[in-house]
Amino acid sequence: MANLTNLCLHEARDGLIKKSFSTRDLIIDHIDAMESSRNLNAFITETPELALKSADLSDKNFANQNNRPLEGIPLGIKDMFCTKDVLTTASSKMLSSFIPPYESTVTDNLWKKGAILLGKLNNDEFAMGSSNETSFFGPVINPWKKNDSTESLVPGGSSGGSAASVAAGVGVGSLGTDTGGSIRQPAAFTGTVGLKPTYGRCSRWGIIAFASSLDQAGPITRNVKDNAILLKNMCSHDSKDTTSSSKEIPDFESSVGKSIKGLKVGIPSEFIQDGMSEDIIEMWTKGKEWLKAAGAEIIDISLPNTKYALPCYYIIAPAEASSNLSRYDGVRFGHSVNSNDINEMYEKTRSEGFGDEVKRRIMIGTYVLSSGYYDAYYLKAQKVRSLISLDYSQAFNKVDVLLTPSTPNSAFNLNEKCDDPLSMYLNDVFTVPVNLAGLPAISIPSSKDKNGLPLGLQLIGKPFDEETLYSFANVIEESSNFKSLDNKWWLKDE
Amino acid sequence: MNNLLKGSTGDWEIVIGIEIHAQIISESKLFSGSSTIFGSEHNTQVSFVDAGMPGMLPVINSICVEQAVKTGLGLNAKINNFSIFDRKNYFYPDLPQGYQISQFDQPIVGEGKVLIDLEGNIEKEVRIERLHLEQDAGKSLHDQHPSYSFVDLNRSGVALMEIVSMPDMSSSEEAQAYVKKIRNIMKYLRTCDGNMDEGSLRADINVSVRKPGDDLGTRCEIKNVNSIKFIGQAIEYEAKRQIKLIEDGELIKQQTRLFDPKKGQTRSMRSKEEAHDYRYFPDPDLLPLTFTDEFVENIRKTLPELPDIRRRRFVDDFNLSPYDASILVSERETADYFEIASEGVNSKLVCNWIVGELFSFLNKVNKTIDQSPITPQNLGKLINLIDDGTITGRIAKDIFEIMTESGDDPISIVDSNNMRQVSDEGEIEKIIDSIIELNPDQVKALEDKPNLMGWFVGQVMKETQGRANPQKVNDILNSKLLK
Amino acid sequence: MSVNEDNVKKIARLSKISLNDSEVKKYLTDLNQIIGWVDQLKEVDTEKVSPTFSSFGAGEGIKQRDDIVSDGGYRKEIISNAPKSEEGFFLVPKVID
Repeated sequence: MANLTNLCLHEARDGLIKKSFSTRDLIIDHIDAMESSRNLNAFITETPELALKSADLSDKNFANQNNRPLEGIPLGIKDMFCTKDVLTTASSKMLSSFIPPYESTVTDNLWKKGAILLGKLNNDEFAMGSSNETSFFGPVINPWKKNDSTESLVPGGSSGGSAASVAAGVGVGSLGTDTGGSIRQPAAFTGTVGLKPTYGRCSRWGIIAFASSLDQAGPITRNVKDNAILLKNMCSHDSKDTTSSSKEIPDFESSVGKSIKGLKVGIPSEFIQDGMSEDIIEMWTKGKEWLKAAGAEIIDISLPNTKYALPCYYIIAPAEASSNLSRYDGVRFGHSVNSNDINEMYEKTRSEGFGDEVKRRIMIGTYVLSSGYYDAYYLKAQKVRSLISLDYSQAFNKVDVLLTPSTPNSAFNLNEKCDDPLSMYLNDVFTVPVNLAGLPAISIPSSKDKNGLPLGLQLIGKPFDEETLYSFANVIEESSNFKSLDNKWWLKDE
Repeated sequence: MNNLLKGSTGDWEIVIGIEIHAQIISESKLFSGSSTIFGSEHNTQVSFVDAGMPGMLPVINSICVEQAVKTGLGLNAKINNFSIFDRKNYFYPDLPQGYQISQFDQPIVGEGKVLIDLEGNIEKEVRIERLHLEQDAGKSLHDQHPSYSFVDLNRSGVALMEIVSMPDMSSSEEAQAYVKKIRNIMKYLRTCDGNMDEGSLRADINVSVRKPGDDLGTRCEIKNVNSIKFIGQAIEYEAKRQIKLIEDGELIKQQTRLFDPKKGQTRSMRSKEEAHDYRYFPDPDLLPLTFTDEFVENIRKTLPELPDIRRRRFVDDFNLSPYDASILVSERETADYFEIASEGVNSKLVCNWIVGELFSFLNKVNKTIDQSPITPQNLGKLINLIDDGTITGRIAKDIFEIMTESGDDPISIVDSNNMRQVSDEGEIEKIIDSIIELNPDQVKALEDKPNLMGWFVGQVMKETQGRANPQKVNDILNSKLLK
Repeated sequence: MSVNEDNVKKIARLSKISLNDSEVKKYLTDLNQIIGWVDQLKEVDTEKVSPTFSSFGAGEGIKQRDDIVSDGGYRKEIISNAPKSEEGFFLVPKVID
């Protein structure tokens, strides 16, 4: 039998239903792949025993025709989702031995639909980063390499493990979280499909908080259809999260393949950046042509406050984070340093438990909220945020979706931007406005740059209109003929 | 009124503002489904939300919102249909999230006012600045271990209302009257049980002093005072301390202080010495709290009669003096008791019996009026027995005593003990005649000593076990002996 | 606005993060760079703009719970990750008020 890790999510689903193979076969191949891919460092915790136990249950369900919508589907989960009785670290020393006694709503939904946990995926510490280099457990290595190069590349971040594992064929899909681009940017860097749903589409309950008004869980998969299937099964209205929407959840899968004829695509002129590479510009142009060829109308629009989105984000997100991360004080859970003075215990615990980038953001956040600076920074940023949201709602009076590049560049070298926080932050320039406005957006692998590295196009939709995004994403997917990774070099390293 | 304190350099005025923390009556906590019951075993009423576990989110309890609005209406205050929950950030072992969810510049209730009742039947208005909703913290126990404090999170997340007054009070008596009044209003509204022993109501007291007519002085905040008595003592001590400091040429430092009931003194709190910067910002997990005017009006319709209005009604309908009425309404339970007892009964007598006999009995046995063994109905019956002449006042006291022990119906006590008043003139005359006959010396002595008449009354009462109608006894004795 | 060393120390104190002298210098540089960069928001005219409270608008408003006891009563789980606990209490270095 061919290696079952070559199957995508819907192929695996269909094969299981047709009994072409058992869940146990599928899971064993994935466990093997997970173990032989360890030098990518995508997983922090592997849960093979749990996965095999679940596989047996799934096989029983198939035998009794009690199979559920995602029965037997192997998934990796970003280590920001609390998983009951399974180590959950946020990739931080602070939580390096934290075992949650509860399960996040989103993962709980997936397990109830029959999906199987392969393990917990590496990410930037507390999801703060754009390269997966801030993890306490070390960086994740991008399965892609430049043509004729052996240099290690970053997978993007913060959902670096989620993107890298799916690109490498370990798991048919994964969950990430996206606060400023943490799903879409790594998806673009690894040639995978990543969606950030509308704020409120997925429950945040049980997801370790970074910036509460921006965080949203989403799926990463190898194609658009798989993505739609995963989204449908992870979202729900959750009474435990008051920012979870009670809107009806559509059958996203059925929008894949739907015609986009007559729909309007906005091209925001402000996304054309100085020094943007030829490859990106070319991909963007091709994207417009594909959509036009499929019957959509292309319209130039303006989002005048785009340039303020990134500075706005780097006030709001750290401010919320500084408060969200105050609970890590060494008292009830997490890393703790002994002292007979309470303040010394707090300070040592937090200095040792948090890495540099997390501390940097806590400090920025504390500064912009502190007395004398609140109005000038935090309040100002929330006002600018209103203007940014207004830009988008006005644009969506004219168009159905917006088309932009996902990132200003392709994957970069490990350690290339580590010492320069600002240049790292600039990686999120195209993704951040979407989080500020709470909109859904998807990154689709669309092209490769001159070094053979994947590039992604981003589609941004109206609130709660992920369906239209999937229809458009499918057109790009079919038009681009993006060839996924074929050189599994990391296996040879064994 | 003159509330000035004398110092060595002349008169001083005290300026007092109070923040009351009142626990809302609700089954579950403000943002979680854990129970609020007092006195459970430690850390058993704690959810993952209350413990600030990673990924946990707050969901607001609708009853707590209603209770806050109701209290705001009871304080004649402006209700804000749009308010914001903010995070107040600071580190403390019993604050699991590292922040308290509170309300900062947009509270649920705005300006209001209350009338406080002072001695001599004087009323004074105290302005309310605001009322807001917030979470309570947990509790640290310091005496369990030589080097560790123990943290219990049962209280963590319980709903509180913080009621902030304007600095309108100028004596410890006014401050005490203010806290009593707010507590009473909340008890009438059933929004807070007002139980200071269990910590359901605590007060932070801001005290400053100044020469009359001067600008406000630097204030010190005395935290968490938990009895009306201590509020008085803390203010007295603190005001004198400040006056002495200033008169000794020192400056008052703005400080958070603690009242030590054993020493009757206030002292600076070590844990609060560091300067504060709470970094308030709107909690991104909670949308603004909004409701309609209709919601507020529906709550207004459920408001009970509040103490000030009730007192006026007691004066008008029951013919009570304003003084008596204000005593009765000062506790909701007392006023309720009075109203039940006085149904079809002489209300003035009911009032006297409650304020006199009943209060002194309850005081003696350390019970509250709702724990009284004598039901209001039975007290009413007892008073009717006096009022219609069935028993004498003296016998009534005996019956009252029996009732405090047995809780029995006074009518059956009267019947089974043959305690009815003897009003039959013939019968009384017979008794008196026999006493006169048996005591010729006393009759003679009466001519010089008119005071001896009391002795004759006593004899009649002795003969009748106190049941003789005292008026009739007097009349007949007078007619027979004072010719 | 520029950040000075005292600002950094004050922020670190509020954040309960202890910094040695070289860390203070490092964060001073980083913070100045970042704060200098976000200062560009000053250009935006926001005089008549109200701030965003949440991107969860959608007219759904704040959702409320019924007042029912539906949670708690699992002390073992609450304590299970505690670095220091005894008899069902969390332990912290002695705090004196």
